Amino acid sequence: MKKTLAMAAALVLSAMTFTACGEKQGVSTDGSTSMSKVIGSLGEAFMEQNSDITFTYNPTGSGTGITAVLEGTCDIGLSSRSLKDEEKQKGLTETVLAYDGIALIVHPDNAVSDLELETVAKIYTGEITNWKEIGGADGEIVLIGREAGSGTRDGFESITDTEDKCAYRQELTSTGDVITTVAGNPNAIGYASLASVEDTVKALSVNGVAPTEATVKDGSYPIQRPFILVTKKDTALSDSAQKFFDYATSSAAHDIITGAGVVPAN
Amino acid sequence: MRKAAAKNTAETVIHGIFLLLGLITVGCVLLITIYLIIAGLPAIKEIGLIDFLFNDTWESTSDNPSYGILPFILTSIYGTAGAILLGVPVGFFTAVYLAKFAPPTVKSLVGAAVSLLAGIPSVVYGLVGMIMLVPAVRKLFGLADGASLFAAIIVLAIMILPSIIKVSVTALEAVPKEYEDASLALGATPTETYFRVSVPAAKSGIAAAVVLGVGRAIGEAMAVMMVSGNVANMPELFGSVRFLTTAVASEMAYASGLQRQALFSIALVLFLFILLINATLNFFLKRGKEQGS
Repeated sequence: MKKTLAMAAALVLSAMTFTACGEKQGVSTDGSTSMSKVIGSLGEAFMEQNSDITFTYNPTGSGTGITAVLEGTCDIGLSSRSLKDEEKQKGLTETVLAYDGIALIVHPDNAVSDLELETVAKIYTGEITNWKEIGGADGEIVLIGREAGSGTRDGFESITDTEDKCAYRQELTSTGDVITTVAGNPNAIGYASLASVEDTVKALSVNGVAPTEATVKDGSYPIQRPFILVTKKDTALSDSAQKFFDYATSSAAHDIITGAGVVPAN
Repeated sequence: MRKAAAKNTAETVIHGIFLLLGLITVGCVLLITIYLIIAGLPAIKEIGLIDFLFNDTWESTSDNPSYGILPFILTSIYGTAGAILLGVPVGFFTAVYLAKFAPPTVKSLVGAAVSLLAGIPSVVYGLVGMIMLVPAVRKLFGLADGASLFAAIIVLAIMILPSIIKVSVTALEAVPKEYEDASLALGATPTETYFRVSVPAAKSGIAAAVVLGVGRAIGEAMAVMMVSGNVANMPELFGSVRFLTTAVASEMAYASGLQRQALFSIALVLFLFILLINATLNFFLKRGKEQGS
């Protein structure tokens, strides 16, 4: 009987210690899953230099990240789209960290390798439905997209001017799912972050420009979007968070951002 | 006397601790229920209950948004019904075989395989479905794309097998041996005995297994999200569809404003479905107990 009591007491005690931790200096980020590669590398490099600060990244999505900053549950929000006016009115401000090209991907066996931006829009709105109309083999075009609210979808639709008009066959919830699906279907076309594109799929040129880091940087590749750090306008960041913010936007972080496949903004 | 008193105090304290732990569970359920109701009602009020439940257009991020979840409700019902239609016969006969016919070695082997099937994470079902099943459906039926209600039904049917088999086996094994002996003694063959005596005697347990399968199928999100295409169409067997669960899961990460509230409302609808299924399950289990005693 005493044993049971002691165990119960130990349980209660251990439960209490759980609530007491969390005093260590830290910087927490929350948001866009598209930014996981770049923010992950930045966080790692930052922690190497500042071993006393813990860096955390919560891959939830741009919308959640922005809400998290508003509610104060994280220091810096990550968004792969610009802030909406209603979000700015709530006292948030944005700092562009990098630019990300959105690549159009098809199955490697697809004969099509270049599309005009207008043609891309026509394909996604369902005006062009067969690959043979644009120089490919006979086959119904299968449109693969992302879920409503996704930063990549928002970026893609706003650049191609196809908002709410896309006739998707599939709406998937991650970049990896899009790539896997396109790699498995010779008639599929999808879009994904340039940084995540693998050899299992073929990235198309748009207006004759191939999606590369150089063409995204000089602005000649048309489908690109910003990666943004979201903070509160009138509330100062904690010392550790400010340190990370300064580091991420400094020229010292250039190589790391480039290494993650996106183009540094400054 | 003192020893007895001390023992009593210890008993009381321990009972108190157990009560507290039990209350935590009840508290969690209450908290979730209340939260879902509070978070789910505003959007329903704003959209209108009829419009929310019976409008067939879901365009949550359009400039002129429409929040009708009829496609999701129907997809969830069709998908679950399809999974039950395919999964129950397979699960039922497997259970009868395992409980009554199978030699011990086969039984332990198949039993272990069924347990393993139950332990596979749903994301793995989804991944395998996405890489193998979806292209196979595309080729087999000559479709442009294989992600469809049909693919989701296949995945769900496999996923509900373990619950159906395990609960049915338990129910069948609990049938008193005297029933079967009596039937055999009267000259019935083993097959006649098992299907005419054992199965009817275990029918409430088997019904509970089916209801459990329904619960598992309707609540599954990850696996179906990866094979069903996720477009908010009215359900078609070979079309891209979105379930109640995937409607919440796929948009939650980026949702804001009324869209986010509407997702909570979908969760509330799903929760009501699950409550209904649980009530049915309790009904069958209770009836089973009454019959047993």
